[in-house]
This record gives sequence, structure tokens and C-alpha cells, in this order.
Amino acid sequence: MLALLVAQNIAFYIIAVMMVFGAIRVVTTKNVMHAALWLVLVLSGAAAQFILLAAEFVAITQVLVYLGAIIVLFLFGIMLTRAKTGTDDDLDNKKSAKFIGAGIGLALFGLMSYSLIDGFKDTEFGDLTVQRTAEVSDSIFSTYLLPFEVLSVLLLAALIGAIVIARRD
Amino acid sequence: MFLNQFLLLAAILFCIGVYGVLARKNGVLVLMSIELILNSVNINLVAFGAYWHVNDMANVTGQVFALFVIAVAAAEVGVGLALVLLIYRNRQSINIDDVDMLKG
Repeated sequence: MLALLVAQNIAFYIIAVMMVFGAIRVVTTKNVMHAALWLVLVLSGAAAQFILLAAEFVAITQVLVYLGAIIVLFLFGIMLTRAKTGTDDDLDNKKSAKFIGAGIGLALFGLMSYSLIDGFKDTEFGDLTVQRTAEVSDSIFSTYLLPFEVLSVLLLAALIGAIVIARRD
Repeated sequence: MFLNQFLLLAAILFCIGVYGVLARKNGVLVLMSIELILNSVNINLVAFGAYWHVNDMANVTGQVFALFVIAVAAAEVGVGLALVLLIYRNRQSINIDDVDMLKG
């Protein structure tokens, strides 16, 4: 049991470092295409973290929806707006705006990490058990049926809205 | 594993996403930063869900809400990219700074 715990921790930290590095590259890289590809690293890292948390269905959905659909959508968006392939120096706001952004980000992180460490000091997970897909579907189709239906309507509305907005007439 | 290590990872990703939204002016890159933010929220939800699940086996609320967030994020990206395409078609650029007609 202890060996498993150590292995989980090592995996967590390796994936976490990868994700943070990828996320920093997404917001700093000078190449739009590379930003989309670094985003793949972050999102697949998140899927791996979900597996570590024994949430198999969310992990699979993350891979299918984010890596399969949203990244492809981003790549289409990049290509349709004829972004410069290669480096492009005109992607960021001016220096002062970047400093303000970094300040806000750091302040936010300080606040959140203070409250998280204060609130959940060393709460442990205990023995994680696999959260089976059957339980998830039971929950969606009983307790959360109404939000699920609302979400379906939202997706339909977004589909029609996107077509109406992007259509040429 | 501590609950906090997942929450802090999500906090770091959230703050990087906030920085990206503020520092980028390319529309597509702003949308990518928003994806980072939504994804970090998902990590939080699943972590809390797993934490609850240990004590109450029938409770998978965290996962269900993470799935809802994924679906809403997909809808958001669809509409957002449609808007970016429209801006590009009208102005031949997707710099957010150029979209300033609301300024008097």
C-alpha cells in the first residue's frame, strides 16, 4: 500500500511539473501553433491526474472532448484566421499590461494558496476507490437529470449560434 | 496523497490562465487561456469528488459537475471561435485591442 502511495506521489509531481511548464509555454510562446500543441500537453496531463484520482470516466471524456475536439477546433481557428506560421511578435499586449497581468496572477496565487493551505492543511484522501462509470451515469440520470437536459439545450443553442454567427451572407 | 497538492496545482494553472487572458491580445490565445482556467476548475472538482467518494460511496457529484464543465467549455469554445472568425472577416486581424468600437 505504501509503495503504491509513493508511486502515486511521484507520478503526480512529474505530471504536475509537466502541466505547469506546458501552461507557462501556452501563455508565453511566440508561435500560435505551438501554443495549441503545448495546450495538448496540459490537457492530457489533466487527464492523467484524473486517473490518479480514480475518476476514469472524466479522464476518458477529457481525452475525447478536449484533446479530440477542442484542440482540433483551435487548430481550425488558427488556420482559418491565417495566423502567421512561425514566430509572431505581435501576440502580446505591451510590457506594462504584461507586468500588471503577472502581478494580478501572482497576487491571486498568493491569496489562493494561503487560503488552501490554511483550510485543508494536511487533509489526506484516504483509500481512493475507483469511481465507476455506472455510478456516474446513475447520478446523472437521477439526481442531476434536469441540469443534464438543460445542458443538452445549451449545446444545441451553442451549435445553432455558432453557425449563425460564422455564416457568410 | 494530500488533497492540497491537487488544489494547489489547480491554483497554479488558474493563475497562469488569468495571466494569459490579461497579457495576450490574439483572440485565439485568449480563448486558450480560458480553457486553462476551466480545466483547472475541473481538477478541483474531481479532487473534491474523489475526497467525498471515500466517505460516501454513492456520491460522485464532483465528477458529474466536471462533466458539465467540460460540456459548457466545448460550447464556449465553439461560439468563441465563431466570434473570432467573424472579427477576422470584418477586420482582417484578431487583435482584441482593435475591437474598440464601444469606446466613445
